[in-house]
Amino acid sequence: MSVNRIPVVEKILSANDSIAALNRKRFDETKTFAVNLMASPGAGKTSVILQTIAALTGRLKLGVIEGDTAPVTIDADRVIDAGMPAVQINTGGDCHLDAPMIDSGLKQLPLEELDLLIVENVGNLVCPAAFNLGTHANVLIASIPEGDDKPYKYPAIYRGLDVLIINKIDLLPYVRFNMDYFRTGVEALNPGLTTFAISCTTGEGINAWTDWLVQRSAELKR
Amino acid sequence: MHELAVTESILEIANRHAAAAGATRITDIHITLGKLSSIVDDSVQFYWDIISQSTLAQGATLHFNRVPARMHCNDCGVEFEMLAELSPCPECGSFQLKILSGDEFFLESIEIEKEAGETQ
Repeated sequence: MSVNRIPVVEKILSANDSIAALNRKRFDETKTFAVNLMASPGAGKTSVILQTIAALTGRLKLGVIEGDTAPVTIDADRVIDAGMPAVQINTGGDCHLDAPMIDSGLKQLPLEELDLLIVENVGNLVCPAAFNLGTHANVLIASIPEGDDKPYKYPAIYRGLDVLIINKIDLLPYVRFNMDYFRTGVEALNPGLTTFAISCTTGEGINAWTDWLVQRSAELKR
Repeated sequence: MHELAVTESILEIANRHAAAAGATRITDIHITLGKLSSIVDDSVQFYWDIISQSTLAQGATLHFNRVPARMHCNDCGVEFEMLAELSPCPECGSFQLKILSGDEFFLESIEIEKEAGETQ
């Protein structure tokens, strides 16, 4: 019997990363701008998606992949009711979406007809940050009632962001939330991060966010 | 919780390389883990003991080699090791920092046993 040390040097999530790269290739080929929408439970992911659909109807053709830990189609049903194709992925209790789940979701969507794909990740501020899905942009929704300390508590997810949405700003007068403290934490983790402050209740700020989507989706088609 | 998916990935990579090398058993697995990667090694170990059973890797010891996080200050240009999350540049106090390293997460090597070929 002999003992050998074998060099491996393989990224532990390399299998996920290679499927993410294939997903990205499909998005690029079909010129579909793809967004990975992350947030804690209750931050307003589905509300933001419904507001986005309402604002973009007639401008962009949009599809949605809904990730949920349980086999309930509440979110997908609401998107379909709003007139857009949606596919529900039940992660079976898993805390995040991964690239193979997106791959299977894409098979059920008319990707070549879509300008924009929003992937609604599982509500969680830890695990989704570790899995590349192949989307073009990582977007996080932080909401006012969650508190102003979240960048300090969940640095990894903030570091990987392309866009931050601050939702429920209509609640600022009623909730103790120090915007300067929050933004200082964000700036330390992700200097110059593109940020939109919105309210799905009043509609404030939604247009700035959807204009950004329109612009990025147009850039992809050039 | 995502440590289960991560642990399954470690097992798949280790077993694939061990089988290719003709191993009869994997004794040790060396994993490089950056300070900024959000993996809980105790949790990986917990799943490992369960899912490695009845594979070449059953009973293998996991070694986590923690790599420090190194930052570059975009304002004064100094490079430094980050000792705590959200700490500023030690030279000028700036938070305009770029990560140079610290998010590594890869399987560095495995140690295996092989039959040498002679009969016992």
